[in-house]
Amino acid sequence: MIFFFLSSGLFLGWSLGANDAANVFGSAVGTKMVSFKKAAIIAGIFVILGAVIQGAGGTHTLGSLGNIDAIAGSFTVALSAAITVFYMTKFKLPVSTTQAIVGGIIGWNFYTGNPTNIDSLTKILITWVAGPILGAIFAVILYQLFKLILRRTKPHLLKLDAFLRLALLVVGAFGSYSLGANNIANVMGIFVSAAPKTDLDLVLFTLSGIQQLFLVGGIAIAIGIFTYSKKIMERVGNSIVQLSSEAALIVVLSHSIVLFIFSSQSLSDFVASFGLPPIPLVPVSSSQVIVGSIIGIGLLKGGRGIKFSILGQISIGWVTTPILAGLMAFFALFFINNVFKLKVTEDSELINPFTQKHTEIDSNNTYNTISDTSILTNAFNLDSQFVSKPKDQYISIENDTVLEKVNLQVEDSSSTPILATNNSELGTSSSLWKKFTFVLLALIILLIIWYLFSGSKFDESKNRAIVKKMEEFQKAEQELIESELKNANLKKQHLQNELKFKNRESVNFALHIIQKDKVFQKLKEKIDKIKNETDSDNRKQLIQDLSNFVNQNLNTDKDKESFNIHVEEENREFFTRLHQLHSGITQNERRLCSLIRLNFASKEIASILNISPKSVEMNRYRLRKKLSVPASQNLNDYISKI
Amino acid sequence: MGVLFKTADTVISSINEFLDAIDQGALVFKQGVNNYLNKETKEFSDNIETILKLESHADKIRKQIENDLYIYSLLPQFRGDVMVLLEKLDDIIDTAKEIILQFDVEGPNIPIELNNDFSKLTDASVLSVESLIPAVRAYFNDVNAVKDRLHRVYYYEKESDKLADNIKRRLFKELENLKLSEKIHLRYFALHVENLSDVAQEVADLLSIMAIKRSL
Repeated sequence: MIFFFLSSGLFLGWSLGANDAANVFGSAVGTKMVSFKKAAIIAGIFVILGAVIQGAGGTHTLGSLGNIDAIAGSFTVALSAAITVFYMTKFKLPVSTTQAIVGGIIGWNFYTGNPTNIDSLTKILITWVAGPILGAIFAVILYQLFKLILRRTKPHLLKLDAFLRLALLVVGAFGSYSLGANNIANVMGIFVSAAPKTDLDLVLFTLSGIQQLFLVGGIAIAIGIFTYSKKIMERVGNSIVQLSSEAALIVVLSHSIVLFIFSSQSLSDFVASFGLPPIPLVPVSSSQVIVGSIIGIGLLKGGRGIKFSILGQISIGWVTTPILAGLMAFFALFFINNVFKLKVTEDSELINPFTQKHTEIDSNNTYNTISDTSILTNAFNLDSQFVSKPKDQYISIENDTVLEKVNLQVEDSSSTPILATNNSELGTSSSLWKKFTFVLLALIILLIIWYLFSGSKFDESKNRAIVKKMEEFQKAEQELIESELKNANLKKQHLQNELKFKNRESVNFALHIIQKDKVFQKLKEKIDKIKNETDSDNRKQLIQDLSNFVNQNLNTDKDKESFNIHVEEENREFFTRLHQLHSGITQNERRLCSLIRLNFASKEIASILNISPKSVEMNRYRLRKKLSVPASQNLNDYISKI
Repeated sequence: MGVLFKTADTVISSINEFLDAIDQGALVFKQGVNNYLNKETKEFSDNIETILKLESHADKIRKQIENDLYIYSLLPQFRGDVMVLLEKLDDIIDTAKEIILQFDVEGPNIPIELNNDFSKLTDASVLSVESLIPAVRAYFNDVNAVKDRLHRVYYYEKESDKLADNIKRRLFKELENLKLSEKIHLRYFALHVENLSDVAQEVADLLSIMAIKRSL
């Protein structure tokens, strides 16, 4: 049965693990500097260690705010807090488990009539504001220090990367420990009354009853980390790390220090030993400290791009979350108490305003007057219902007997003299008034905030729609630019190819001119030699040499080579298609095809290929056969259509 | 975790080795062009051999660094940038090798009057590369110093532009005894040598953006 009642706390722990582990390891996992598996294992272990070793401080403060002594009460308060967190997260409203649980406890106080310790409440409220501010201060100091060290040591980027990985793991472990130590109070603090009474001996160490309870809560947080935090880590991590890995490390470190400060009893004692006020040990919102730290670094960098509206949202969260959780707890306790007839507090005198009243009636007969009842009736309308319906389903079992007595006393009142109302009675009715005025006030505040927030949400949704449209427009524009860029790139590529070809052509041209020069030089030398030769035989021989030389140069004419290159370049695509259609075609036939395609006449082709026109005709005939072109079709037409 | 630091040390020494190869490649290129200008054929051939070796060595180290960056998931935020930087740096030694080979294959006929101009152009181009290397090293060690070092690259790039223009002007306006073909041929070589500083400038542009990204 106890595990059923613990389930709401475990659920709260699970959601805390799922959400808040991202604050510690989000940056490391988001940037893939640490794998999720490694981060989850470290976070899980250290959360449990923090909860078991150092979790008592925050619990004590929450206990002083409202010591929930019945397990059903703890269950209801934790469930109300969990539902509040769940729904506020669902509707993307700023929420913190800490604030929800505090609201739940205050709701329990209201319901049971337990006085709320204003000192504890003030302490808690101050730390909520101080948490993000301290986070920002620590972040600024640590960031400056870190930058100074980097400037002095000038580590290599890769060494810095390795160091950051290690540091993110160490700081993550410290952050997880602090998270467990500070936030376990939210999860298990209200179940302290249900903690085992015996210690658990584990040979090496012994776990007290409360530590056993915290171990269970810590495990719930760890399960939350393993099962659900991956996506949140990747999402939150990326938004945090927009600063840089170094800044992200500092943010996590300052967050961890703040959480540690607000959960370390030894540190608090140490501060107190100097005559300073001890540090209050209060669970603070991990997310809000992270946001504070990021804003601190943002301000240090000039404050550009900081969304200051987030501060407003945090402030709204400070008010709405506790009120909502408190109201939910109040009504849930009423329901649990009256429908399931479960005790939500061990102190039956505290429960229900009416119990208080009737107990007083029992002890003091001077209350047995009709006017006494009528005062109550006037003070609280519901009272008349209770009077007329003594066994109303809304009233607890204990109250029924008391109310029966009241009825009896009311019946006897005609014979009893009317007594003046005393001060304590007035006090009770005014306390009733106070409670319901508080509840009403809370509802009104909540409604106002909701109205304001929904207004801003409406504006936000309008803005979001505009932003979405702008994004769409930008996307379309970007696509257009990209396609233009693609076209430009293609054009560039084409021009580059052309340039490359022209360059080659120019180089060829240059080389060709050099070659020609050499040929002409040799030609001149040979002619001079012939001119100077007197012997006719030798002269004939020299003329023959000259003729051979000219022929040789004609055959290897660079002009033709360059022309061939040009033809090849021009017909590259044509050759590919031709090869696909007729794979067995030879190099010469291919060249002939390209010349036919360029509409050269047979005579021209003969001149280009340095063969006779007859040979060209013969080659054309052979080509026609090879390409299987029917006699009825013109070869030129066929080739030009390829 | 010790493995992580050890891997970081290995990659750091590989990066340094790669940068040394680029730096040496630029120096060998300078030597090669000067040897060609002074018609010292044997030394020029040695230079070609050295630059080919350096280029293939640089390629090998670059691939090794890229593999290590991926395998050990190093520098997740800057990995892409660093890899592009290494590739662009590799282009420098590739370009130097290509130019030297063009000298060898095409054998441009550089008149003695232009020897000094070509030598100066080569010096300026190589200086732009030499100035780039410390800037690249600064990116890894002291990102704030990158900007201070990059301005030299831009300066020498402009210088080599001017010197290349000067060569072209002299080719077509002063050296009338050269044939048009030779002028055109030499113009291309002036462009080739100048191209080395252009590649260095491209790397400098990339590096300055990367430095801004790192300091954010």
